[in-house]
Amino acid sequence: MTQHDRESSPSMHETRLLDKQDFQKLVDLLWDQGYRVLGPTVSQAAIVFGEIRAIDDLPRGWTDEQSGGEYRLKRREDDAWFGFVVGPHSPKQHFFPSRVTVVAADRDGDAWRMRDVPDDEPPVALLGVRACDLAAIAVQDRTFMHARYSDPIYRRRREQALIIAVNCTQAASTCFCTSMNTGPRCSSGFDLALTELPDCFTVEVGSPQGAALAALLPTRPADPQALRQAEIARQHAVDDISKQLDTNDLRDLLLNNLEHPRWSEVATRCLSCTNCTMVCPTCFCSSVKEVSDLDVEHVERVREWDTCFNWDFSYLNGGVVRDQIRSRYRQWLTHKLASWVDQFGVSGCVGCGRCITWCPVGIDLTEEVAAIRETPV
Amino acid sequence: MSALASAAIADNPWLAASVRIADVVTEFAGVATYYLQFDEPARATSYGYAPGQFNMLYVPGVGEIAISISGGLASREGLAHTVRVAGNVTQSLARLGKGDSLALRGPYGSAWPLDETRDADIVLVAGGIGLAPLRAVVEARLDGPSPRASTTLLYGARSPDVLLYDREFAGWTGRGLHLQCTVDRPHRLWVGHVGAVPLLVDRLSGIAPANCALFLCGPEVMMRYSVRSALARGVRKEQIWVSLERNMQCAVGLCGHCQLGPAFVCQDGPVFRYDKIEPYLDVEDL
Ligand SMILES: Cc1cc2nc3c(=O)[nH]c(=O)nc-3n(C[C@H](O)[C@H](O)[C@H](O)COP(=O)(O)OP(=O)(O)OC[C@H]3O[C@@H](n4cnc5c(N)ncnc54)[C@H](O)[C@@H]3O)c2cc1C
Ligand code: SF4
Ligand code: SF4
Repeated sequence: MTQHDRESSPSMHETRLLDKQDFQKLVDLLWDQGYRVLGPTVSQAAIVFGEIRAIDDLPRGWTDEQSGGEYRLKRREDDAWFGFVVGPHSPKQHFFPSRVTVVAADRDGDAWRMRDVPDDEPPVALLGVRACDLAAIAVQDRTFMHARYSDPIYRRRREQALIIAVNCTQAASTCFCTSMNTGPRCSSGFDLALTELPDCFTVEVGSPQGAALAALLPTRPADPQALRQAEIARQHAVDDISKQLDTNDLRDLLLNNLEHPRWSEVATRCLSCTNCTMVCPTCFCSSVKEVSDLDVEHVERVREWDTCFNWDFSYLNGGVVRDQIRSRYRQWLTHKLASWVDQFGVSGCVGCGRCITWCPVGIDLTEEVAAIRETPV
Repeated sequence: MSALASAAIADNPWLAASVRIADVVTEFAGVATYYLQFDEPARATSYGYAPGQFNMLYVPGVGEIAISISGGLASREGLAHTVRVAGNVTQSLARLGKGDSLALRGPYGSAWPLDETRDADIVLVAGGIGLAPLRAVVEARLDGPSPRASTTLLYGARSPDVLLYDREFAGWTGRGLHLQCTVDRPHRLWVGHVGAVPLLVDRLSGIAPANCALFLCGPEVMMRYSVRSALARGVRKEQIWVSLERNMQCAVGLCGHCQLGPAFVCQDGPVFRYDKIEPYLDVEDL
């Protein structure tokens, strides 16, 4: 702390500079403080969240090319560390794990007793979270923490997590965060937010935890030139965005068009493969199943991701309510963009574009909405 | 540390309390009423419910299901749950008997608007097992002091052998309930109506439409046609309440299964005022 006396230690909403050569110190510091650091890393031909121990784990020099039904990794011409957008993973994987035990039951003589199963996942530091995903976290907070009942696993993981966001400096053809008012600039919901420049990062402090962390790093005051450069870099992302979703009156448009012929038309293309719901950072549906030992003395209730595209999701009294793909796609889209607003006071879509990229037949929700808007019934 | 741990336990919505089957009454083949008592006396005294609400019953190793509360007191005879054998969990429940242990969490969901309709003539319209969540309404209405308002039950079942709670009918009518039953398949001794429940709504007399309320529970087609009949006879949509069913895993608004349009049936329902849910109830496969 010699060169960083009290006066120069960062305060809330202050922006400082961290040289790239000192970035490893940030990663080390997080591990030292007991965080498991998860960030973008190349795996299986995509950029996904994985453990980051060294800066070499980051996708340096890589970028992604995304369009309806297509995702490709490509070498960049430069050596940017965060020169890509969102991949198939999102923070949802960590806060709302795809498979987890929620409660257990043990036979105790002739009685059954239920018990909590403590979630022992260590605290994580999520590195490289984009603006759309900060918004998605806030959307899921409403579902899992701020409704009448809350999910203890989500709450614990969420409250322990540290979030280091990274501002986008480019966008994919699938991105439409500007339509959803969620990005590309990271404006809240982070502890630190970085903008990448050729030799350094601007570091914006967003919380007391972020300030405490930044105080331990060899940051320096940001000069006006660096701030301007960062602004230009972020503007690139804004300028890159081509996709739009007209959200004007969207809730009513969809709920007043539940019998629109477009639902049947999209059903001829949709495979009901569930991909869009798996990659969507806000989708929260799940099912619980029983996992017991052989003599059924100890039983765990295991929650797994489920989705409205699974045929038996709406199983009832020996039948299925949403038997047709038409009604399953309609459920997904109207929930995401319309009834979510009634339920949680926000749209369920943050405009990350994942469902477009990862749809094997390239169905694009913005086009589906536009088609309904063109010819409302 | 311990205070923290117990706060976490109270927070976990999946933690169900141990209960025991205090009594089982077989209603007819495939349907039985279970009276459940909490193992922990403190739970029995703190537990309260309103007619129309439901519990999640958990048979460890098999699964958990939503079952309406059909009367009873947690601190006395136990909470009554009338269960029809349908599949996995209900079959396992059918194999359990007096003294057996299972787990229960609840109560969940909305209730019938008994206060709001205290002075109204109430018409209960039930089909089959749909009488289960209305039994507590019958009890509450007949027990309460409400001399000016009547209570009518229009009840339909497949045949006279599967009329739920028929051993209690005489007691109910003796205490003032107007009861009309109808069956699809009568046998030789049947003296009641024959045909679908909506026909009873068509033929209903002696109820002023302005001061009545309808509570319906049963198959959705039965409810749809009964509502249509009631509307045709001058009842307004705001005077009608329906109890709905959807697949339920969590009952606390977290699993997503029970959605019907913007509604989570587990929290906004199962009892809905008809005018609020009609736009979604009438859409096929929603
Ligand atoms: C609010 C509410 C109140 C209910 N009250 C009663 C009652 O008082 N008496 C009664 O007999 N039944 C009632 N039901 C229906 C009861 O929940 C189902 O019959 C039961 O879940 C079937 O479970 P199963 O495992 O035996 O059947 P399976 O066919 O093996 O079903 C598999 C699973 O699907 C789900 N499921 C299937 N059918 C239903 C259904 N109708 N509703 C919700 N989830 C379902 C359950 O998770 C069930 O475990 C009620 C349902 C709801 C939603
Ligand atoms: S619906 Fe599609 S674009 Fe919207 S948040 Fe989900 S995955 Fe992203
Ligand atoms: S949606 Fe916006 S914030 Fe998200 S990846 Fe795309 S440009 Fe970045």
